[in-house]
Amino acid sequence: METVKDILAQRNEIMKKSLGGIDYNAFEKGGLAFDYEALMKFASYPIEEVLRIQLETKVGNTPLYELKNLTNLVRKISSPGKGARILVKDEAMNASGSFKDRRAALSLFQAKKEGYRGVVAATSGNYGAAVASQALQRGLKCIIAQEVFDSRGIGQPEILEKGRKCEALGAEVWQLTVGPELFFWSLLLLKETGYFNASLYTPYGIKGIEALGYEVGIEVKARYGREPSAVLITHAGGGNVTGTARGLLESGCTNTRIIGVSVDLRGLHMASDNDFNRKSFTTGHTGFGVPFAVNPDRVDVPRNAARSLRYLDRYLLVTQGEVFYATELLTRTEGIERGPAGNTSLAAAIPLAREMPEDEILVIQETEYTGAGKHPTAQLTFSRKMGVEVIRGKPGDNIPGKRIVIPEHLSQLSYEEHSLDKLKQSYLEHTLKKNEVKKLSLSELKFLQEELKDNNNLVIDYLNSKGVMYG
Amino acid sequence: MIKSEPIKKDSYVEIKIILLKPEERVEGIPEDTRKVPFEARIKGFLVNDAYIGEEVEIITALKRIVSGTLIAVNPPFKHDFGEPVRELLEIGWEVDELWKQ
Repeated sequence: METVKDILAQRNEIMKKSLGGIDYNAFEKGGLAFDYEALMKFASYPIEEVLRIQLETKVGNTPLYELKNLTNLVRKISSPGKGARILVKDEAMNASGSFKDRRAALSLFQAKKEGYRGVVAATSGNYGAAVASQALQRGLKCIIAQEVFDSRGIGQPEILEKGRKCEALGAEVWQLTVGPELFFWSLLLLKETGYFNASLYTPYGIKGIEALGYEVGIEVKARYGREPSAVLITHAGGGNVTGTARGLLESGCTNTRIIGVSVDLRGLHMASDNDFNRKSFTTGHTGFGVPFAVNPDRVDVPRNAARSLRYLDRYLLVTQGEVFYATELLTRTEGIERGPAGNTSLAAAIPLAREMPEDEILVIQETEYTGAGKHPTAQLTFSRKMGVEVIRGKPGDNIPGKRIVIPEHLSQLSYEEHSLDKLKQSYLEHTLKKNEVKKLSLSELKFLQEELKDNNNLVIDYLNSKGVMYG
Repeated sequence: MIKSEPIKKDSYVEIKIILLKPEERVEGIPEDTRKVPFEARIKGFLVNDAYIGEEVEIITALKRIVSGTLIAVNPPFKHDFGEPVRELLEIGWEVDELWKQ
């Protein structure tokens, strides 16, 4: 068998063959800059075409519900006149039960169009089932590689369920132990099979989500005669934020605030064998949200099309216990059971709605399916088995990996504002170091300003403070 | 000791493969992860009769042949809904109280 080194040496060649002719070199503009919009145009489907392609395979056109009971309950604990309407886009209604179907739909359409016989995807999340479901519908073979077990062979219940679902949908499923070598193994599978790389981070993977943002924008405007004040987006690898934000812009919602939300798992190392099963969320958390924002190109394609700092207006953190509470609350007030990870932004929507006037609109842009393994009772039972304490109390007493605190009252739900400026400074620190930059060209400077949505001289101030020349 | 019957070929089984030994793992991963091998598990139909623990070949869902150590036959899905969680059950009554206010 080939070694990791052998495979990594062939990385670019394998990727090029498996990415349907996207030549990433063509978008490079010298130094650290590349032409992001040109890369996005590579998936050059107009939005109407994206919607049509998705409907062909049971994706999209999902219900947008006003959560009337929940909104009324939030108003009961808000100051008079406060308590924005809370809407949810029920993405669990897509073919395989999550918004990830949107990403898979376009990738698989493209793979088929370009004559590939199958696809490979490295994912422990809902995306695996989405790829498998879309592959079945398009008549393509599907291989999924997922990180499932620690070294003792103990699997996260949430991921075991995702594995089951991929197998049920006919995929060949490689269930791996903890480690970033998942990507090495998926490269090897790509090389062995010659299949399409259904990466989450290609322009297709993002373009598919634009349809979600677009549907939200169009429907809210038609129904309420105004733009959503804010859309809350569970933030992990950045695709959900990027695609939704782009779709909202395309629908004409230029004033809608883009708010990313992650579960706070700071302090737990994502590649640690010991920490792996001390997480009670496997996605939508800071372990992905922060590093992917700061270093988006740490993925299985040369340039990541998901670049959250280009779009985020705010980034909020919530605790695991608050998300479990919000999940239970959704069930008890609205009569629908949905998976916890998809409710991350719901947990932040509650305190946020309390601060906003009643006539404003907040949209939670996804839900995910629930079931064995992917349910609060399954995840909390597992947490306890792994030695994590589960109690009622103040959310502030939460300690990732040690204690999950379920709030005692709706009014205890809150969020922590994660400084976007700090994230942007980390991005700059990382990028300048990686590229060993002594002096930036004007085109590189402009690129960084666009990357960081910088209207405030943040980049220039940073460069000045570090003595980096530009111009 | 009676030796158990071998697992019959064509049974649905699970195998385990060591993809990387600890010393082959990539740079920059935490120490606890570096100490253990990088492993895969995959299911399929057994090509020949074999005992648990033997090196075998299987036919995967995509009809590809993969070899590894036989670890289970007809492996059940063990994930479930877990136990009822009192800390969540309580929320229902609390919501009722909120409505009354």
